[in-house]
Amino acid sequence: MQSTILILALVGLAVVGYAMGRARALVVSRGLAPLHSLPSYYGLYVALWAALPALLVLAAWLIAEPRIVEAVVLAGLPQGTLDGLPPERVGLLLNDIRNTAFGNIASRKDDPVVEAAAEHLASLHATGSVLMAIASLAVAAAGLWLARRRIAPQLRARNAVERTVHVILILSSLIAILTTAGIVLSLLFESWRFFTKVPVWDFLFGLNWSPQTALRADQVGSSGAFGAVPLIAGTMLITFIAMLVAAPVGLMSAIYMAEYADPRFRAIAKPVLEILAGIPTVVYGFFAALTVAPFIRGWGEAFGLDVSSESALAAGMVMGIMIIPFVSSLSDDVINAVPQSLRDGSYALGATKSETITSVIVPAALPGIVGALLLAVSRAIGETMIVVMAAGLSARLTINPLEAVTTVTVQIVTLLVGDQEFDSAKTLSAFALGLLLFVITLGLNVIALGVVRKYREKYD
Amino acid sequence: MTDAATTPPDPAAIRRPVLTGPHLARRYAAERRFRLYGLAGIAFAGLMLLLLVGSIVQKGYSAFWQTYMEIEVAFPAVQTLNPDGGAPTEEQIRRSDYLTPLRDALKEQFPEAAGDRKQRRMLYGLVSPGADLALRDMVLADRSLLGRRASVWIKVSDDVDSLAKGHIRRDVPEANRRINDTELGWFDTLDKAGRIEARFNVDLFTHGDSREPVEAGIYGALMGSILTLTVTLLVSFPIGVMAAVYLEEFAPKNRLTDVIEVNINNLAAVPSIVFGLLGLAVFLNFFGLPRSAPLVGGLVLALMTLPTIIIAARSALKAVPPSIREAALGLGASPLQVVTHHVLPLAMPGILTGTIIGMAQALGETAPLLMIGMVAFIVDIPQGFTDPATVLPVQIYLWADSPERAFVERTSAAILVLLGFLVVMNALAVLLRKRFERRW
Repeated sequence: MQSTILILALVGLAVVGYAMGRARALVVSRGLAPLHSLPSYYGLYVALWAALPALLVLAAWLIAEPRIVEAVVLAGLPQGTLDGLPPERVGLLLNDIRNTAFGNIASRKDDPVVEAAAEHLASLHATGSVLMAIASLAVAAAGLWLARRRIAPQLRARNAVERTVHVILILSSLIAILTTAGIVLSLLFESWRFFTKVPVWDFLFGLNWSPQTALRADQVGSSGAFGAVPLIAGTMLITFIAMLVAAPVGLMSAIYMAEYADPRFRAIAKPVLEILAGIPTVVYGFFAALTVAPFIRGWGEAFGLDVSSESALAAGMVMGIMIIPFVSSLSDDVINAVPQSLRDGSYALGATKSETITSVIVPAALPGIVGALLLAVSRAIGETMIVVMAAGLSARLTINPLEAVTTVTVQIVTLLVGDQEFDSAKTLSAFALGLLLFVITLGLNVIALGVVRKYREKYD
Repeated sequence: MTDAATTPPDPAAIRRPVLTGPHLARRYAAERRFRLYGLAGIAFAGLMLLLLVGSIVQKGYSAFWQTYMEIEVAFPAVQTLNPDGGAPTEEQIRRSDYLTPLRDALKEQFPEAAGDRKQRRMLYGLVSPGADLALRDMVLADRSLLGRRASVWIKVSDDVDSLAKGHIRRDVPEANRRINDTELGWFDTLDKAGRIEARFNVDLFTHGDSREPVEAGIYGALMGSILTLTVTLLVSFPIGVMAAVYLEEFAPKNRLTDVIEVNINNLAAVPSIVFGLLGLAVFLNFFGLPRSAPLVGGLVLALMTLPTIIIAARSALKAVPPSIREAALGLGASPLQVVTHHVLPLAMPGILTGTIIGMAQALGETAPLLMIGMVAFIVDIPQGFTDPATVLPVQIYLWADSPERAFVERTSAAILVLLGFLVVMNALAVLLRKRFERRW
């Protein structure tokens, strides 16, 4: 909250700087040489000088302060408290201190050492906040004053402002790269820590998934097995069912929309498909768990089949419905990109519309359709909420769609929701699964986009 | 396809079409069938949409009403609250006991149940668990109630509520019913006396989460969603627009910009849960930001919607004709002035449309927020960007997981509210596009 107020104050200072700079420029130019830039650029020049350095100071402070304060608090603990403590214990202790200091629920409330340290931390934090406010406001004021002093008719304010803006533009477009790098690095780093505990081969080819690690070393069934094969098999099963629904329905809808439908029908049908795409996945999950799954179970029992209440079939079918619009809109684009001359040629040879579609248009559009289906598969693999709510938790190697299976995304969610110790193999395995998911979906996307692009070039 | 023409076809392979008789009829039948398949595909999609929305409306519409019952309560006297005499303070009113007057009132209503312990328990179960707190709030609002007997309307328990709404069927044998025959009799007595009434469920929109379905509301989640989306918008809109402007207007064609372009396209296809993992590893564990906070949720969603906004903004910028830029340059504007004074204002409707669609996506997103702890049971209404909070879709997920049957109704109602917001946002986007789109 406090930093929000501080940022608002800095913005206010920048506005003041703008007004001051503009006024100053008009004063300086009076009777003397004409200004190099428009007066508003002098205002912007001062505003940037006031806001940017101060914001940088603020950001650096916000990142560095907690670390420094923690180090000081740890150093200030009574002699011997930290002797022989493993690093994760130190982390726990710090957590307790922090929670006590900020009035949250701590696990060891009445430990005098923790209490004292918490008081120390709270006082340091309070001083730090005041110092931060003073430092950033001082930097802002100094920037404002310096910039205002430099205003003169020959100051090239516009060029300076535009250079700064240019740099900011470049930095914003680099955020995308930074995000990708952040994803890759964080996944790789945490996965690497996981692979120091569990060998890569055991993870990739193990047939057994039961991530419960032991609390005590001598516990029964304590080892924990991290074989991802059942999860991948479950994911594939659900994806396969989803594609069984989405591929024919999506494709036929796209063909009908592109080749048969008149504009009035299109105007109604297209939004319907778009609405299907806009419904949040959690709603699909609710639908799958509370409407479709009981329905399938009821029918299965009517035929004497043993259907699990969290069957792969229910989750897969609903996921299929979710990706229908995905398949149809991508295929629609591809089919529309097939040149009219191909259709005309086919009609001229006496083919009916459906014959033209099946033997000319679809083969011509096939690479694009394959690309669309691959993108849909990648979407289905990464889908989380439907399977979390409607598929099961038991990692089972089966191809029976009536049984409960689990998927990669379900396991990531169950491993990371709730309380967690950060260094256990159990928690870290979620990042290894995330890496697996990222690599699979990225690979599918790259292939699909490549196929689509190659195909587009052919007709452009 | 063009190279097919260069190789001469094998004469033996040419099939000559038969243009008469049953063969042609068969071909036309195949044509009709194929057309029907296409129509069936669209009909299936439409039917599923109808089924989805229909089942949720059917389950959820009743949650917008809450059943109340009227009982006559003898409110505690002033002297019992403040033994010294004089007007009781607010603190004294708050601490007073309202459960006993409530239970006495119920026993008075049905004296036949008062003698038996089991029956008494059932009787107390008719009203909602928070009913005594409701009495307290009534006193706080109107102190003249103290020491008086007054008829008040209080909420009934979720089982009685389901009964009043017709969710519990009376023809089911008593053992399988959540309401037994005695309770049914009481309810009918009250109903006949006109002491049962359905009112608009205001609490659904003004309460935070609760373990009791009758008391649970979506206000906390709604505030969480608003705070989270504020952060998302503040971060992703400026950065997205600036990135788009750079890539479309200034970037030289080189390796770096190619890499950025490929990157943005790939980011748009990364599963949302991976963004959650990024948020957990970077924002929570590396930067040490608080768990469950709208600030972190907003940042994660901002990274997720950034590609959507950049792609939409780029196509909006691309649609502005070059003649505008050339005219401005010709009049002596600097490249940045060309963009800020001319191109950007003209592209703004398109950019805003893309932004609204991105925000709608972010509003419905659940999975990444589960990773950063926005899934906790939070009763308090979040007041700031660092308070623990949850958002509407996560609230739906939490309620859908609850064992109480009465939460199904609430979940569906929350979904309807969420869908309502999405419809409004998308309608706004369509309106913007229709109203301001310019064809050059």
